[in-house]
Order: sequence, then structure tokens, then C-alpha cells
Amino acid sequence: MPFFEAVRLAISSIRAQKLKSFFSLVGVLIGVTFLIAVVSIVQGMNVYMTDTFAGALIGVNTFQLRQEPNFNMGPTSNEQRREWQRRPRITIEDAAYVKTHMLTPVVIARSGNDRVAVEWKGKIAKDINLNTVDAEFFTIKHWNIAEGRAFTPQEVEANAAVVVLGWELAQRLFNGRDPLGQIVTLAGLPHRVIGVVELQGNVFGFSMDKFVVTPITSPARRLTNRPHIIDDLQIQATNPLQMREAMDEVREMMRVRRGLKPGQADNFHIESSETALSTWNQISKVLFLALPGLVGISLVVGGIVIMNIMLMAVVERTREIGIRKALGAKGSDIMAQFVVESATLSVTGAILGIGAGILLAFAVRALTPLPAAVAPWSIGVGVGLGILVGVVAGVYPARQASRMDPIVALGHE
Amino acid sequence: MNEVIIKLEGITREYLMGAEQVRALRGVDLEIRRNEYVAIMGPSGSGKSTMMNMLGCLDTPSGGRYWLNGHEASRLQDDELARVRNKEIGFVFQTFNLLPRASALANVELPLVYAGASGRDRRRRAEHALERVGLGERMHHKPNELSGGQRQRVAIARALVNNPSILLADEPTGNLDSTTSEEIMRVFGSLQAQGQTVVIVTHEPDIAAHAHRVVVLRDGRIDSDRSNPPRTTSAAA
Repeated sequence: MPFFEAVRLAISSIRAQKLKSFFSLVGVLIGVTFLIAVVSIVQGMNVYMTDTFAGALIGVNTFQLRQEPNFNMGPTSNEQRREWQRRPRITIEDAAYVKTHMLTPVVIARSGNDRVAVEWKGKIAKDINLNTVDAEFFTIKHWNIAEGRAFTPQEVEANAAVVVLGWELAQRLFNGRDPLGQIVTLAGLPHRVIGVVELQGNVFGFSMDKFVVTPITSPARRLTNRPHIIDDLQIQATNPLQMREAMDEVREMMRVRRGLKPGQADNFHIESSETALSTWNQISKVLFLALPGLVGISLVVGGIVIMNIMLMAVVERTREIGIRKALGAKGSDIMAQFVVESATLSVTGAILGIGAGILLAFAVRALTPLPAAVAPWSIGVGVGLGILVGVVAGVYPARQASRMDPIVALGHE
Repeated sequence: MNEVIIKLEGITREYLMGAEQVRALRGVDLEIRRNEYVAIMGPSGSGKSTMMNMLGCLDTPSGGRYWLNGHEASRLQDDELARVRNKEIGFVFQTFNLLPRASALANVELPLVYAGASGRDRRRRAEHALERVGLGERMHHKPNELSGGQRQRVAIARALVNNPSILLADEPTGNLDSTTSEEIMRVFGSLQAQGQTVVIVTHEPDIAAHAHRVVVLRDGRIDSDRSNPPRTTSAAA
């Protein structure tokens, strides 16, 4: 019997019993829904973590030379923490050396940070991120100025007591009034407001607009670090390839400056969005590894259900099998009929599952900040698994059907 | 005389029913020629059904040899038997045995599906077969939308559609009233007149009376084999 004929037959017998067919393919439906949805959500989270999270917090093609990791999402032993604490700090001299000797074209900014209370005319905003930085910091962060201006390298040279505010902080302190030219105090140290950075938005629900930025030479620098010490050196290359080269260069320079022997571990940390994301990558890897198990369980259950339904169908249709055999159907024709029917049932489940998975992914996309996107390969895998489950589940019942004695089958009521 | 189309030689068939061995056929010799109209009769337990299954290649003999249209059917394997059933035999059953969800046309197409005919060819031949049994107007009806006589006509069309060597009918009027029975028997008669070989298995003398030859089985053996004077049309009506 031609394949197309078998499929047509299968569809008509599925349609004859819609409800029963639906229940029998629910297992496969759930399995494939799960596959499509989880893959798209995890991939969406990957995109989100890479673009939004790492991009906003560290910057594209950007890395930092630091004493210890900044974004550390995994568990850390106390021993590890103590090792980080024992490391030498990054100094102004390190920064100057790197800046002078760097061969790869990069933008470099020194930076120190802390959290401070910012006050204006009795209004206090607590727990504000203070960045004491070079003027290049604005370039690295891709910050556009909404009002006023950023400070200049000359102002950094001149130890100017000026400050640029984050959007939300400016709103909170000045509440619509013009902040430019006003004097705010950072932990009591007065600075003149010269600009406001445009709105950055949220990452994981945390505002990215509660900060102040001053020159690394301003009075506020006392709040972040001792003289000659910085928290990190921010380095931005023009593309990923040059970023990698620049990272190697910085690492080599620092090892030489600190007299590290080959085989000795780095006693500094180079943080890029990649290293910051390494923990997330581990999590997403675990999700992807667990996925086949979860999908597999649903599909095995779905397969067993289909097998049972098919066994019942074989018994119910004993007479039909007898008629077909009497009219010249070979065992292989009957076998093909039931395997194709089982596979069609299962693939129907898979297709419904793909639809449900896509809807779920769209819902996640619409209702959360995750850019969940359906991976084309997961659709292919879904259909493939549907066929596989159907064929495997159908073989045994189909074999029973194909081996039926036509005389007995014809006598069956 | 036409050539021999069925030849049975010392056919035996034994099977186990529980612990008891049943000897359904105990050495049957029989020849049927092309275009014969034969009725096989016998009381229940005479081996009639086994004989019918044997002739229809649904069953294989325990002993003896069976030639159907030149092929030795008694030696064939399952798949070859399926092919023979498809090409050489046209079954008509007491209970019609139509697929309930398929239209008359689709039911008649079924043997052609297994013969590997193309969709268009199938349709054309199935339509022709239905017209031959006078059901050209009801091709798209489902079996439950047809009367008993019409259903049996669909079954006959299905049996004819692949031009079988023999039309093998098992109590074809067993589920029909006497008027409809006569109607169906007229269909068989007219097919035979057109050259079709017809074998009817029945226990009803009235039905057997339509045949030109009556073979009576008793206890798994042929008890009598005599020719039957053809009935006149008026007697049939």
C-alpha cells in the first residue's frame, strides 16, 4: 500500500474519533510543548543575559582589569575570598603603564566606585552608585547626555569638583527643577552638577539610573579608594577580536609587572561579559542537559499511551483487519497501516505541541523582558521525535495486527 | 469444455480445537472449470466453511494439493496467498463485511489499493464495477445508508473489481429476505452468464438450486456431485 494512502487512512480514522485521539496524543503534545518552550526561553535568557545584562553592566567589547571578580553568581569558598583579598590592588601606575604600552587600539578609563548618600538642599538619596572615573568612561558606557554635558579630560586634569547624575537620581533630587549648576554633596563633599545621563532602564528590575559620576581626581575620589589605588581599569576595543588581543596584552603586562613566573596563577582578574556570564552559561548548560530528560519522560509516557490506544484499536478493528486481508492486504500492508496511523497520531501531537510551545514562547516574550525566540532546530527535533515515538509505539500493536489470522479475524464480532 | 481453474487433490485439513483434533476435510478431490456455476452444500460441521476458506486461500491444507488458475496455492506463503486472494478471488460474505466508515466507492476500491493501482484507475474501475451491479447512483453512500441488498451489491462489486478467476460467495443471502435474496441471485446468474466463474457455499437448497452444479459435503468428504438443470427465469422470479 502506498505511503500516502496509509497517511490518508490514518487521518480519517483519527478524525473519526477526535476526542479519543486527542487524549492519546496529549503526552507527546506536552513533551514537545516543553521542548519548544524551554529551548526558546533558555535561548531568550541567553540573549538577555548577553545583551542586556552583560552589555549594560560591563559593555560591548569591553573588559575590566580588577583585583577580584565583580559579577560572581556562583558559590565562592571563603578560602577563595581570602585569596582575592590578599591580592595587590590595581594602582594608578598599573593603569598608566597599560595605557602607554598597549598596542591594540583601545579606549581606557580608570574607575573607582562606592555607594554614597547624595544630598541637595536637605533632600537625601542614599545608596547611590558613585563612579570616580576618567572622561573616557562616558564613551565606554555609551552614555548619552540628556541635559548639560559630560566632564572633559581637562576637568579630570584640573581635579574639578563636578558631577554628572543618573536620570532617576536627578528626578528624585530635583523633581523637575533644573539641576544644572546646582551644588550637591557626596557624603558631605560639594560638587557642581554639570549634566544628566539619559534614561538607561532596568536590568532584572534594578534601576540602572541611580548613580553619580565625577572625575577620578575630584574630591569624591577620597570616598572610593586610597591615593594611587583604583578599583578597575576599563578597556574597550573596537571588535571582539581586538578585545581578545587586548585582554592577552593586559594579562601579559600585568604578569610581567607583578613578576609572576610561568605556572603561577594570575593575582588579578580580567573581567569581560564572557567571564561575568560564565556562571549563567553553566546554569543554561544544566538546563539544556536536563531538558532531554524532561522531554524524554513526557515522550515515553506519550508513547506508552499511544501504544495502548493502538493495541485497543487493533482489537476493535479485528474485523476490518480480516476484511483487508481477505481482499489481498499482506501482513506488511497491515503493519504499515497501523505504524503510519500511530506515527500520524504522534506527529499530530507533536505539531500541536509545537504550536503550544510557540504560543508559550510568545507569551513569555510579551509578558517578560526575555526575548524568547523559537529555535528552528527545536521544531525539527519536535517533529522528528513525534515520528520516532509514533513509530516505536506503533510497531508492537501493528505487528499484532499483521499477524492476525484472517479467518479468525473475519469471524470476530 | 473450458479449462480447469480449480483443482483439489486429496485435500485434508486438520486442526486442534482445544485438546481435540478436528478432521474438517478428509480427502477432497474436486475440479471446477472456467465459467462454471457451482454450489457447495452440506450440513453444519460437514467441512463447508473449511472448504470455503481453502478455496479462498485464507487457509492452507494439511495435506493434498490445490491448484488455482495454474498456481499451486497449497504451497504458497502468507504474502503470496495475499496476492492470490487479491488477484484471483472475489469474496462475497454473508455479513457483507464492508468497512463502515468508507463510502461504497471506497469499499470497492479497496482490493485495487492492495493491487497497487493508481488513484484514477481505481476510481474508474470501481465506478464501472458498481454500475455492473446496478449501484451507479449510490456510489458515495456509506454502508449504513444502504439497504441489505444494496450492501451485498457493493460487496459483489468489490469482489468483481479486480477481475478475479472465481467469485466465491459464502451464504451470500443469509442475511437477506427472500425477495432480496432472489435479486442477489439474479446478479450472480447474470455475472455467470457474462463469463464469470461462480462458487457459492450455502446450506439453503433454494439458493443452491440456482447453480448449475451442486457439490454436497458430508463429514469432510464429497458426498455427491451432480449437475443441476438450469432454472428458467420465470422459476427464479
